This record gives sequence, C-alpha cells and structure tokens, in this order.
Amino acid sequence: MADLEEFRASVRSWLEANAPKSLRGKMRDPAAAFWGGKKTPLPYPDSRPWLDMMAERGWTIPFWPKEYGGGGLDKEETKILNEELARLELPPPLTGFGITMIGPTILQYGTEEQKKLYIPQIIKGEIRWCQGYSEPNAGSDLANVQLKAVVDGDDYILNGQKTWTSFGDLSDWMFLLVRSNPDVKKQAGITFLLTDLDLPGVEIRPIKLISGASPFCEVFFEDVRVPRHQILNRVDGGWEVARALLGHERTMIANTFGGRQSAAESPENPMEAAAKKYIGLKDGKLVDDAVRQRMAQNQIDEQSFLLTVQRNGDNVKAGHRPGPETSIFKVYGTELNQRRQELMLSIVGPESLGWEGDGFEKSELDLTRVWLRSRGNTLEGGSSEIQLNIIAKQVLGLPD
Amino acid sequence: MELVLNEEQTMLAQTVKEFIKDNSPVTRMRKLRDDRDMLGYSKDVWKQMADLGWTAILFSEEDGGLGLGMAETVLVTEAMGRNLAPEPFISCIMLAGQAIAQGGSKELREEWLTPIIAGDKVLAVGYQEKGKRYDIRNIGTSAVKGADGYVLNGEKTQVVDGYGADAVIVSARTSGKDGDADGITLFLIPKDAAGMTVTRQWRLDSKNVAQVQLKDVKVPAANVVGEVDKGGALLAKVIDLATVALCGEMLGGMSSAFDRMLAYMKERVQFNVVIGSFQALKHRAAKMYMEVELSRSVVMAAARAVDENHKDKDIFISTAKARCSDAYIAITNEAVQIFGGNGMTDEEEIGFYMKRARAAEMTFGDATFHKDRFAALKGY
Repeated sequence: MADLEEFRASVRSWLEANAPKSLRGKMRDPAAAFWGGKKTPLPYPDSRPWLDMMAERGWTIPFWPKEYGGGGLDKEETKILNEELARLELPPPLTGFGITMIGPTILQYGTEEQKKLYIPQIIKGEIRWCQGYSEPNAGSDLANVQLKAVVDGDDYILNGQKTWTSFGDLSDWMFLLVRSNPDVKKQAGITFLLTDLDLPGVEIRPIKLISGASPFCEVFFEDVRVPRHQILNRVDGGWEVARALLGHERTMIANTFGGRQSAAESPENPMEAAAKKYIGLKDGKLVDDAVRQRMAQNQIDEQSFLLTVQRNGDNVKAGHRPGPETSIFKVYGTELNQRRQELMLSIVGPESLGWEGDGFEKSELDLTRVWLRSRGNTLEGGSSEIQLNIIAKQVLGLPD
Repeated sequence: MELVLNEEQTMLAQTVKEFIKDNSPVTRMRKLRDDRDMLGYSKDVWKQMADLGWTAILFSEEDGGLGLGMAETVLVTEAMGRNLAPEPFISCIMLAGQAIAQGGSKELREEWLTPIIAGDKVLAVGYQEKGKRYDIRNIGTSAVKGADGYVLNGEKTQVVDGYGADAVIVSARTSGKDGDADGITLFLIPKDAAGMTVTRQWRLDSKNVAQVQLKDVKVPAANVVGEVDKGGALLAKVIDLATVALCGEMLGGMSSAFDRMLAYMKERVQFNVVIGSFQALKHRAAKMYMEVELSRSVVMAAARAVDENHKDKDIFISTAKARCSDAYIAITNEAVQIFGGNGMTDEEEIGFYMKRARAAEMTFGDATFHKDRFAALKGY
C-alpha cells in the first residue's frame, strides 16, 4: 500500500508540473479527444505535447506491456493514474480504434514482430486506424465479404470495395476482412489484413448522409499490393479474429455508457429545458399532457438503462464476470436514443424542421441533424435485428 | 449505491428461493383457489417464514427485528413472486407492520409488533375505497371525535388479507375535505370491534381481499396510529416502502413467466421444428428478456435508494413501479400468446401470472399514475 501511495504522489507531482494548463477542465469536452494519426486535425494546440509526454511514459494505454511501449501498470496503478487525471480534469491524451479495437486484437493474435512494429505506433498515436468490415453486400450478413485477395509472390493483390468506413478519410491504416478463399463455407475463407491506405490503387470517397454530415466513407481497392506478412492470425482465419475484436468493441461500448451518471443525478436535462421553453408549464405541469407522459416514459427508460449499465459495472468491480445483461446495451441504448431524439422533435415542434440559415436557432438546427443521425444508431455496429438474434441465440439459447 | 448483492444477500436470496421452491409450488396457490379457501394463504407456511426470520428483516432491533433494509426485503418478495406465494408479507409486514413501527405509540408497538414478527397475528391496512382510484387522499370514510375516542363510518374495498385479520388499520378523514393531504388519520381496529363487518371479496388473482364496512365503530384515541390529521403522510411513506416490496414480487413473477415462456419455445414443435427457432418469436423473446433485466436494475436501485434515504428516492420508487407494471403485463401477455391455446386454459399455470400482473399493476398506483408522479417530482 505504501508503494501505491508513493506512486500516487509521483503521478500527482508530475502531472501538476507537466500537464498543459490549457487542457485542464476539459475532461468531459468531447472535442478534446484526439484520434491521432497524420490526417486528423489537432483539437487544441496543446493536444500534441500532451500526447507526446504521456506516450513517452506509455501512459496513453497505461496497462499495456512495457516491452511494446505501454505503461506496464497494474490494475491498482492504472486506477490511481485515472483518478489523478480526473483530479485535474484532464482529457485522455489519445483515443481511437487503435486503443479500443485493433491494439488489443494485435496483442492477442499478432506475431512477435507485428507486436513490436504496430503496438508502439498505436501507443504514440502515430497511426489512426479505421475498420474495413462492411461492403455493399456484406452488412448484417458480414461473413459475405467479397473484397478479393489474391496471392502474388510476397503480396496480396486486393480488388473490391469497403463501405460505411467511419472516418476513412481521416485514417492512415485500415484493418479489414478480405475474401481469401471463395471455395469454402463463407466464414472459413476470410482473412484479417492490415493495410496502409496511402498505397497506390486506394480511393476514399466520403458518403453524404441524410443529416448532411459525412462521417463515413466508401473505400475502393484496385490492384492494391499489400505484403502478405500483414495478415493477423493464419490465412483464412480472419473470422475468428473479427469475433474477438467484436468482444473488445463491446467492452468499449459498455465503458462509454458506464462513464455516464445515472439519470437521477445529472444536474440539468436538455429535454426538460426544451419542454419548458417550447411547450410551457401551467401550474407546474407541462401544458401538453401527452408529451408529458412520453417524457416521463423516456426518462424512466433512460434511468432503467443507465442503472443496468451501472449494475453490470458494479458486478465486474465486485469480481464477478460480466453478466448476460451486457448483450442488451447496444440494442436498447441505440433505440432509446432514437426515441429521445424523436421526442425532442415533438417537443420543439415546427422549429425543428430547419435545415440552415436564418429564422432558426443554432440549437434547433443542431437538433434536426442529431435526430437524422440517430436513425443510423440501430444500423451501424450490428443492426438491432442482428443484436436481437445474438441475444436469442447466445443468451437465451434459442436454436437456429 | 452499489447494484450488486453482497455475500449475506446472496445467501438470503438462495435460501428464500429454495424454501419457496420446496414449500410453495404454484399448485399450492391453485388448490387454495379451487378450495375457495377463505384465508387464501397458509398460516403454517407463514409461520415457517416467520421462524426463518424473514418477517423480521425490516424492523429495528429495538422492535424485535433484524434491522436490515429494503435491499434484503425485495429478495424475499422476489422469491415469493416467482411462485405466486400468497402469504401476507406486503399487507401485514410492509403496510400494517411498518405503519405501527414508524408511527405507532410505544403501547401499540409492544402489543402488535411482537406477534406480527412472530407470524402469530396478521394485520391489514384498509386505504382503498370504491371509485377513488389511486389517490390515497380521496377518502369518504369519516372519523368524528367524541367523548371517549372516535366514531368511524365508511367502507374500504379490496383490503388485502383483510379477511381473517386480527386487526385492520384504516384511513379516515378527521378534518378537511376529499383530496386534502392533511386531515387524514390512521386507526387500528381489532377484528371484534362492534360495527365492523369484514366480507371476503373474490378477485381474479385469488388473493385474500375484503370489503370492510364501518358503521358507528368506536375506536379509542389510543388506537390512533401516528398523529391525528397527519396520517396521510405516514400512509404515503408506508405505501412507498410497500411499493418497492411489491416491485420485488413483480420482478419475481415476470422472471418466472419469462422462463416458462422460454422453456415452452424450446419444446413446442410446429412445422417439424421447435417454435423457438422462428425469428419472429426470437425477437419478441429477446425484447422481453431486456424488460426483465431493466426491471431487475430498477428494483435493486429503488430498494437501495430507500435504504440510503437518497434525495431522489421517490423518483427511484416511481421508476420501479412504472417499469415493473408495464413489464409484468407485457411479458405475461406475450407469454400467453406464445403458449397459444394452451395459455388460454386454466390448466396451464401461465394464466395465473397474467392475472396477478394486472392486480399488482393496479396496487399502489398503476404505470400511468407513477409516470405522472415521476413528471411532477421532476418539476414538469
């Protein structure tokens, strides 16, 4: 214990001496998260030195092994570091798929050479990764990927297309599923590959969404040569890797939700504020009784959901394995968010129809886009229908 | 709050579950119904539960209890709810017992709490009146102060476990008018009081409920539970506690109904396959599973909020009652649909759960009532 207190003291004094003052208080600022890589703009001028000084100590991912550049901290030390970062309200120096998805997967499946090559780059935030899973004919039926990989000497030659690639245009590398064997059962002919997106033959086009934003891209591959040693796991062993990565992704989603406060404790609620502004109270009650009941239902649903996330977290903290309740997070959380945005439109009324320009407040224009964007929540990352299939099969044990 | 069971709670949950499994299959409740048993529960089973200490959980050590909390209490009611055990836990322990423990004079506590905790005497609380729906401030029963105490007139309906009760605590208006929070007083009336008639009523869930008619019933001032004119607040507080216990029961009931539905989906064959292989049914099952999980979280949270005297405990309580009401009904409705024609027969037990879901929903305020209360507490 004395060692831990010493560790805490040294972390504290180092952070107080070195952490950029301009970033303090920005812990919950979503814009302060830096995704790393060569193409992503820096959120704040001090984001770069902050990343560099933390990466040097391996503290961008403090619990990864020291031999690959991680911090090598144990559970207790990691907790202390996080507490000290929170004490100064500092944002995480680095975020992204390197940390949450491909990094853990490389540590699990990579060769020694691959770990030595990629993990330090991930820790330093030198590469921003994107996920190349979905294709025009491989959405919910992900195992149907068709992007062709043909062996030619020491290389694979890739031909085909990925789509719905989040921030493909801002990423440096992609981890992707390719069709390496078309003559076996779908799942048995897929290989998991890592590739540089700056190679000749790669073309990236943003997709414009109904909300007007373009967070996703199509990525085309035409005779792109990728060295064969950049596969993870064995040839045709990609499906297993994809499933393992999905597990890492779920943990990430649970952590994201778990970080939030329970509904009853959050200080101000944008929906209540909007209802008071656009609908109004009479004798302390919203004038529109139907909206009032929907709001109560929505907040009860939100509280129930957050409490379930908390219950899962408390279970894990108490040393139990995560329960089957984690399987409901994706489908319930996303559908809840859609109901919330739908209700916000009902509350704001005709002012929620604005697209741009004069006569609408910024919050009204934002709402329109947020609502449209939320419709994708139940599609990306495994549609609600696929999630329900997973619950039915893996949790409830219902047969195919 | 921590939404996880500690070691003692895990053991308690296990013990109650096993006791109920061994001593209270749903067939027992069916037999009580078929026999038109006037009591509707078993005094022997109730005494055994008391001997195991479960009736003592919530009472202070000073009153002869264990001094534990709602987090433990809901484990008992959940296990009872799983098999629809009809014993008078919520009526006698949560309502009457807590009213006396929290508001009763020293004399009342000494006289009644020991036999209540021992399972020797059963008390009920009459607060509901015909046509008054869920607002406990709407009271037609009157209590007029006379030379030696009060004279009560009025009628209570669906008094749970009122038939055969050793005493009934009733709410009556001592001042003010219908709807006022003040001016309500609680009176404890022993079963042999002149002018009180207790008539068994028969309800769809086969619970013991009774009509309590009061005609010039004389009640000494010593039998006032809590303060004169301030009984409304005491009643509301006790009903809040009982609501959390009832949510525990509802969680147990919906879990059992869900498990039964799932088991049936895995055994019932149509078109040469088990019906659980159909995606239309799988998705419905997955959605009901989510409702069970969400309900478990809100029940655990409401119990802990009460135990911690959380500033938002009323919000947690209404969240739990609204969610459990909707979920219990949705799950039992779905279960009967998936059981098909079998679900419509009296022989199949799933119907008992659907009936109990309705009765539980309409006890202590339905989902709409609690959403309204939630909104009011949130300031809209």
